[in-house]
Amino acid sequence: MNKWVCTICGYVYDPAEGDPDNGVAAGTRFEDVPEDWVCPVCGAGKDSFAPEG
Amino acid sequence: MPAMEIRKGIYWVGVTDWNLQNFHGYALARRGTTYNAYLVLDDKTTLFDTVPVKFKWDLYHQIRSLVRLEEIDYIVVNHVEMDHSGALPFMVDKISPEKIFSSPMGEKSVHAHFHPSGWPLETVKDGQSISLGQRNVHFMETRMLHWPDSMFSYIPEEKLLISSDAFGQNIATSKIFDDQHDLNQLLREARHYYTNIILPYSPLVLKLLDRVMEAGLEIDMIAPDHGVIWRTHPEKILSAYQEFAEQKLKPKAVLVFDTMWGSTEKMVKAVADALQAEGIDVRVMSLKSFHHSDVMGEFSDGAALVCASPTHNNGMLPLMADFLTYMKGLKPRNRIGAALGSYGWSGEAPGAMAKILEEAGFELPQNPLRVQFVPNHEHLAECKKLGLALAEAIKNKVSK
Repeated sequence: MNKWVCTICGYVYDPAEGDPDNGVAAGTRFEDVPEDWVCPVCGAGKDSFAPEG
Repeated sequence: MPAMEIRKGIYWVGVTDWNLQNFHGYALARRGTTYNAYLVLDDKTTLFDTVPVKFKWDLYHQIRSLVRLEEIDYIVVNHVEMDHSGALPFMVDKISPEKIFSSPMGEKSVHAHFHPSGWPLETVKDGQSISLGQRNVHFMETRMLHWPDSMFSYIPEEKLLISSDAFGQNIATSKIFDDQHDLNQLLREARHYYTNIILPYSPLVLKLLDRVMEAGLEIDMIAPDHGVIWRTHPEKILSAYQEFAEQKLKPKAVLVFDTMWGSTEKMVKAVADALQAEGIDVRVMSLKSFHHSDVMGEFSDGAALVCASPTHNNGMLPLMADFLTYMKGLKPRNRIGAALGSYGWSGEAPGAMAKILEEAGFELPQNPLRVQFVPNHEHLAECKKLGLALAEAIKNKVSK
């Protein structure tokens, strides 16, 4: 499972960890994160993320 | 400057840092700055933001000229960066506030900065309001404008937006209102500030401006945390931010260079001549004369950036490495780049600069250009050819 990076603030979404504070369980692929989820650091939408590397 | 009433019962209680030149360690503020804090006298008297710790007593006396500090009930922390929160522990100690409001990210930042215990911290969410008695404060989270904790405080009864670092300018002045200054000069300072501080977050600025429009906020006055208060032209700074964030480009090129024995400078001037001949506005800036933040201020609306450095010890000169690191971090979008320079025997610098420009998302219509030692007339003709090709690319870009 790939990590995704927020192009606005640099936050890394790690599917192994998910974002449980905002309702995304550990083990959730980035592709399966809800469309209305936003970066927990800066509030940017999913469309502001790019695959890491 | 003494405390000043900006709305009935609302006072500017900030401080003026006349002698500041180095802004936060990365930009120059040639005209100094102000750290604006605001005091609202109401049933719940409220202080919005503070000042750097070295000015804590200045803030104390500003407030003391209006009320006793213990008469303050609430503190609102719109932004935790030290120029607005450095005096917070001192103020909390003097005021013993009933509540300290911040965004959720703000609360985390307050803990990470001051490691407080027993402070009456209370988080407010985006869209939440509190009552001060006669007035309400409506909070808007503005994450990454320009820190995760940043928020706006809007007072609907006054149509007043306390906007934290957004819409600010670095100007130390005794005239704290926009209409006391030349508007174009103010907007230039606002652009310089935006480019050096907020540019990387431009996509979020566009979303925020949409949110402000959708919420139908009536705004008569915008009170930022640096520089003058927009009381006559709030719509001008709002539309300027739209333009800054969209990164509307002009047919303009910034040619930034460093040079050892003048060869690279000759090449830069030849490129500039060709660009000018094609009607492109040019700025030729030596990094020995201009700070990286000044170059970025100029490049703010420029379609193209030409980077020139000789090769020194197999790389570019250190001032160019400094500039490119800074420039790349500010994430300018949709730009054209070029790299060139003179060299003695190895010639890596133009390629190294081009690589960074590519990584920063620039389009490079021409290959890096290098000339061994001192350019002759034919070499300079090559530079002019590069300039002509760039002019073409710039015209295509700005006509889109």
